[in-house]
Amino acid sequence: MTEAILTMTGIGKEFPGVKALSEVDFRLLPGEVHALMGENGAGKSTLIKVLTGVYDIDQGSIVLDGRPVEFSGPLQAQHAGISTVYQEINLCPNLSVAENIFIGREPRLLGHIRWSTVERRASELLRRLQLDIDVSAMLGTYSIAVQQMVAIARAIDISAKVLILDEPTSSLDAGEVGQLFRVMRQLKDEGIAILFVTHFLDQVYEIADRITVLRNGRRVGEYRTAELTLIDLIGKMIGKELEVLERLEDRPKRAQEGDVPLVDARELGRKGAVAPFSLTIHKGEVVGLAGLLGSGRTEVARLLYGADRADHGQLAVDGRAVTMRGPRSAMAKNIAFCSENRRTEGLIEELTVRENIVLAMQATRGWTRPIPRRRQDELVDRYIKALDIRPANPDAPVRDLSGGNQQKVLLARWLITEPRLLILDEPTRGIDIGAKAEIQRLVAQLSDGGMAVLFVSAELEEVLRLSHKVAVLRDRHLIAELPNDDTLDVDRVMETIASGAKP
Amino acid sequence: MTTFAEVRSRLAGTRQRRYLPLYATLALLALMYGSGVVQYEAFSDPQVVLNVFIDNGFLLVVAVGMTFVILTGGIDLSVGAVVALTTMVSATLLEGQGWPAFAVLPLVLLMGATLGFGMGCIIHYFEIQPFIVTLAGMFLARGLCYTIGTSSITIDEPFWTTMAQSKVRFGDNFISPSVVIALVVVLVAAYVLAFTRLGRNTYAIGGNPRSAHLMGLPVARTRIGVYTISGFCSALGGVLLSFYMLSGNSLHAVGMELDAIAAVVIGGTLLTGGSGFVLGTVLGVLVLGIIQTLITFDGRLSSWWTKIVIGALLFAFILLQRLITPRKQ
Ligand SMILES: Nc1ncnc2c1ncn2[C@@H]1O[C@H](COP(=O)(O)OP(=O)(O)OP(=O)(O)O)[C@@H](O)[C@H]1O
Ligand SMILES: [Mg+2]
Repeated sequence: MTEAILTMTGIGKEFPGVKALSEVDFRLLPGEVHALMGENGAGKSTLIKVLTGVYDIDQGSIVLDGRPVEFSGPLQAQHAGISTVYQEINLCPNLSVAENIFIGREPRLLGHIRWSTVERRASELLRRLQLDIDVSAMLGTYSIAVQQMVAIARAIDISAKVLILDEPTSSLDAGEVGQLFRVMRQLKDEGIAILFVTHFLDQVYEIADRITVLRNGRRVGEYRTAELTLIDLIGKMIGKELEVLERLEDRPKRAQEGDVPLVDARELGRKGAVAPFSLTIHKGEVVGLAGLLGSGRTEVARLLYGADRADHGQLAVDGRAVTMRGPRSAMAKNIAFCSENRRTEGLIEELTVRENIVLAMQATRGWTRPIPRRRQDELVDRYIKALDIRPANPDAPVRDLSGGNQQKVLLARWLITEPRLLILDEPTRGIDIGAKAEIQRLVAQLSDGGMAVLFVSAELEEVLRLSHKVAVLRDRHLIAELPNDDTLDVDRVMETIASGAKP
Repeated sequence: MTTFAEVRSRLAGTRQRRYLPLYATLALLALMYGSGVVQYEAFSDPQVVLNVFIDNGFLLVVAVGMTFVILTGGIDLSVGAVVALTTMVSATLLEGQGWPAFAVLPLVLLMGATLGFGMGCIIHYFEIQPFIVTLAGMFLARGLCYTIGTSSITIDEPFWTTMAQSKVRFGDNFISPSVVIALVVVLVAAYVLAFTRLGRNTYAIGGNPRSAHLMGLPVARTRIGVYTISGFCSALGGVLLSFYMLSGNSLHAVGMELDAIAAVVIGGTLLTGGSGFVLGTVLGVLVLGIIQTLITFDGRLSSWWTKIVIGALLFAFILLQRLITPRKQ
């Protein structure tokens, strides 16, 4: 058997009040893709940050290429040949795409950065990932998905011995994941060791050679992918059997009613964002939005919410025409929007879990009428339990939560406002399989209780499982509206997208 | 009615918004210059503009250093005090101790850079607000001035007087050697920011310091570096001011930090960091200088009007910045 290129032994890491890792062993062989699996808060990102020197290491040792190492920061780790994409996209929105890929290692001549070379190489690199964009534009002007691809491009170009990808695919669609996997296979053949974290189990089975499972900061075991069934993997991750998924499958589909739709968009559109579309959402109805990246999914959601102003068509709520003047007017009409961009548009990292959860509700009441503390506690406790937010401590700062748990906090914020229409943009991104099922169940429950939901997700299975009807987008046009009956499946939605049939 | 938010989203969408504040400053400058030319015949003499450079060369150098700091999202309140300290130290060493100019010059420049370096280290390693650290630095430097002396010290060392009196002529017009030095500083700074890693890292840190760290950029070195540069520029500005005034005085450059910050902001650099150009800072300094000149030409208004106009402009530019930066909730 080949020598491991990276061996971590007996790793322990404690944060105030939380033992994030204890006695974790981990090894990585050259030329393999190794999946690191576990629930939200299991310690995956912490293990990666301890390895790359973002956090000091409390216990244990790391051996890289036969030499014991301890990095004092990402820069040293990079020099030693470990290139990392951290979970939250870490790039600079104010710099150009090309610069984000090359900053810190720009091609230079006597200290003079050669921008033409930087831009040429950046667009070559992105084209290798089948991404054809203007690399001189500011990164911040692109969607999260493009930013994620740029982060990946940066990491793979560093051509290290070890490549670490912490949930790189969370906001990518199938096509882009395919491109990424193709490149990962190439790198693997070149002998690079790849550590891959994801909550998409099918992706693990597609690409990973071996799997290490963490649970509650401890290593459960290391397995060959081929020898571990899906059921066993889930069992090892959550420590018990999973039954929620099945329960949801036979959920009665709601028949369309003839009443006044809650939201009725007619020829609503905005230049440059999405072509005029018509869409109705009834009380108690879950409408799914399907489409590839950049097809206008998020843009539709933003128009309905008023985050962007429509310059075409009308919008009626309860049969009355309204003009959305931004989030406040949407909130006044009891429409809530849970953004896909939790880092910049959602959470306030310095505040506690409790404060983040009650924020939206407090805002709708106005700041002069504070929510009584007892009511706050009650609500917060209920949703921490319902969504299984860990650690279940309402006073922990959100900054210290794992990525998936932050996402749950954001979701809880909008759920407690009990809106009439809840717009969820990629709500289960980065959320583990158990919690995902919980969230889906909750959404179903809420819609049965009369709440309308607009569900945006790159995961078609999820959209199909929950929605009563699916609106399909392509190239910023709403091309079809498919009732979710027995004949509808992922393949048919994909076909609709591919054929681009106009309704 | 178009709302603020709407205008903002429209402006924020444009690709070239980076340059927008620069154009705004340029337009403003042209407008002010034009109104001067229309009102006063003598205003059209090119020497008027050159005088603005001559009278503000030191401010330009200080503002260039400030630009680096503000680009990282920091602030340096100590610059005025360091300028004063430099004039005092130079004057005492030259006049009191009889040191030669070639020894005094590197010493004071090193002193400024060291002060900046020290403040940068405290800001970075102890994670203290730049505002607080440089405020302390400001008190320290002013205090040091007074321990050296409370009265003005006149300089009549030959090198200094030559620098003060000689003129770089072209045609009928001239500038002082200090202006040449200031312009060299501007060019070097513009080059560093656009074409070197130090410069690009400065922008990156201003964009998002945590990302910069995780991307493996040398955050410590860069952050300490910009304060060192600012300290160095303040000292150089102090030297230029002592050429201009031919004296050292603890009361020199009181409030200059605010002028420098104003010039940088009017020049279009975002106070939150990550966006801006040295060229903008040059324009900012020119705007301040032209306002002063206009008020001098007018002759009726008190010089306090300079402050009032600068205040109004600052508001206008900060508003403009809010308009063009992408929305953050
Ligand atoms: N800086 C920190 N301070 C305090 N606690 C932290 C900090 N970072 C992480 N934790 C805690 O450590 C535990 C492990 O978090 P980690 O981010 O490693 O989880 P993860 O496995 O990556 O989860 P996810 O799938 O949600 O990304 C969590 O309980 C988290 O709350
Ligand atoms: Mg994580």
